[in-house]
Amino acid sequence: MADSTHHAPIVLDEHYTFPPLVRRNLFIAIGIGLLLFIAGILLLIYAPHEAAHGAEEGAAAGGEHHFRWQSRLWTNLWLNNVYFTGIAAIGIFFVAVQYVAYAGWSSGIKRIPEAFGNFLPITGVLMIIYFFLGGHDIFHWTHEYLYDTADPRYDEIIAGKKGFLNTPFYLFRMVFYFAAWYILYRLLRKESLQEDLTKDVRHYDKSIVLSAIFIVIFAVTSSTSAWDWVLSIDTHWFSTMFGWYVFASWFVAGLATITLTVVFLKEAGYLSIVNQNHLHDLGKFMFAFSIFWTYVWFAQFLLIYYANIPEETIYFIERLHGYNGTYKGLFFINIFINFLFPFLVLMTRDAKRHMIFLKIVSIVLLVGHWLDFYLMMMPGTVGENAGFGPLEIGIVMIYASAFILVVATTLSKAPLIAKNHPMLEESIHHEI
Amino acid sequence: METNKRYLVGVFDDEDVLLKSVKKIRNSGVKIHEVYTPFPIHGLDEALGYKRSRLPIAAFLFGITGTTCAVAMISLMLGYDWPMIIGGKPFVPIPDLVPVSFELTVLFAALGMVATFLITNNLWPGKKPILFDSRSTDNKFIMAVDLSKNKLASDEITSILRNFGATEVNTKLVEEEVVV
Repeated sequence: MADSTHHAPIVLDEHYTFPPLVRRNLFIAIGIGLLLFIAGILLLIYAPHEAAHGAEEGAAAGGEHHFRWQSRLWTNLWLNNVYFTGIAAIGIFFVAVQYVAYAGWSSGIKRIPEAFGNFLPITGVLMIIYFFLGGHDIFHWTHEYLYDTADPRYDEIIAGKKGFLNTPFYLFRMVFYFAAWYILYRLLRKESLQEDLTKDVRHYDKSIVLSAIFIVIFAVTSSTSAWDWVLSIDTHWFSTMFGWYVFASWFVAGLATITLTVVFLKEAGYLSIVNQNHLHDLGKFMFAFSIFWTYVWFAQFLLIYYANIPEETIYFIERLHGYNGTYKGLFFINIFINFLFPFLVLMTRDAKRHMIFLKIVSIVLLVGHWLDFYLMMMPGTVGENAGFGPLEIGIVMIYASAFILVVATTLSKAPLIAKNHPMLEESIHHEI
Repeated sequence: METNKRYLVGVFDDEDVLLKSVKKIRNSGVKIHEVYTPFPIHGLDEALGYKRSRLPIAAFLFGITGTTCAVAMISLMLGYDWPMIIGGKPFVPIPDLVPVSFELTVLFAALGMVATFLITNNLWPGKKPILFDSRSTDNKFIMAVDLSKNKLASDEITSILRNFGATEVNTKLVEEEVVV
């Protein structure tokens, strides 16, 4: 093979130093994001929007509430919070899967997904705050009058879901997800860091047990959290595929983030252990799970399309024809950039082995799955008043910069390579 | 078609020796026909200078043939030959085509790939295998050199092989049936 990375000397004692310049730029990005955020809010308050017209349409589509600009604000915050929570949780999930599978190839890069988990406490706290402040603007089911039989707005269907969708249980679940994920993450991280100091293989064995526990918990909580945080926005509607659909979207976004981080670190001169074979595997992961996402997306769509039951098709009618076609273009763009684009670009072996292709596809997929979550959340909350403005861009900038800050800080606190990982030798000689 | 070919068969005891010698032997001008080993050796393909297989291209072509067949079949049958209303959908509903097209794509790609692989490697059913040295299935590493494709004389190649670690070098006459 003629690749230059293949025979470069491998350094196992690598430490990442977070360049002060990058840190400064990230803070500037957060600052710009905040300015855009404020500008977006001001635009929403003072810009003339057809409130009366929107309210009529909204009432026709099922909700009686008038459009409030706060709705767009809270939904955007919620959207990014859920998206980045997913990426952080997928980081832990990826590490856990590698442990349980006794995977060797990934042991050289495991510190990267391992660093993602540190973002969870931030999104966890923010999510509870968002729910208390903006819950009514995001979730229709939080309104008390829906459950009051004396009220004319009483909703029999939603009242029937009260056993699951009620605020105390909802909050309990939210706290449980974050607590369970984060505690297991801390335990895994502790074993991993202790392994660096002692050459004891017991830490590896313990990690496998912890990973197995995490995967069992995540198998259930990834689905239920998807119901809670995303599906319950469209309270009347339900889909048994939804948990998997959200998980697939999270997983692709998480894999894209891992790949992008590896590529950036490699370009900055770190990760001499990573050669084209590791990149190839990461590329295959993104390629395969993009197809998996498409499979789940399509399985959900086809059954609803084929059965043609009004209470189910409403979900797709809202997105295809509803709200004056606000979402029609995005609906098809979503399939294009999350399926056709990675499918065609990453199909060849060469594309998966070169950083430039991986970089382009990762970035496109990160945008694409953000858009996927946008399409899941916006129609049920803001309807035809959705849009892309300074508000959306500002919030994404704040979240992305904060995520990079946390991950880079976590990376710089521990050696970049888990040098006592028992499978490390396999990762060094990885060849496919 | 049947031909008789004369081969030189070098026997190696150790895979590291073999791996290191392959490049040196090729550099001294010997064209190696093939190397047989009891287990896969990483880096051997690279050392032998094998070109990447073009099988994925064949797979892609078989795949799109399958997609085309499926789409053509369903739309001709349901759209033109015998239109039927099913569930109030159009006669040729695109979402309904997807599962069958997907399955036929996979089926065509898989079967086509297996067939292509067998044909290009002369591995059709009933083929008598060429075994240069039966010990390559046990503990020896066998390197075969086709004399008709080498300009160097037989004893020159023998000494090159010996110099680079072959423990014995034998001559073998092979009757080869070739279709491609």
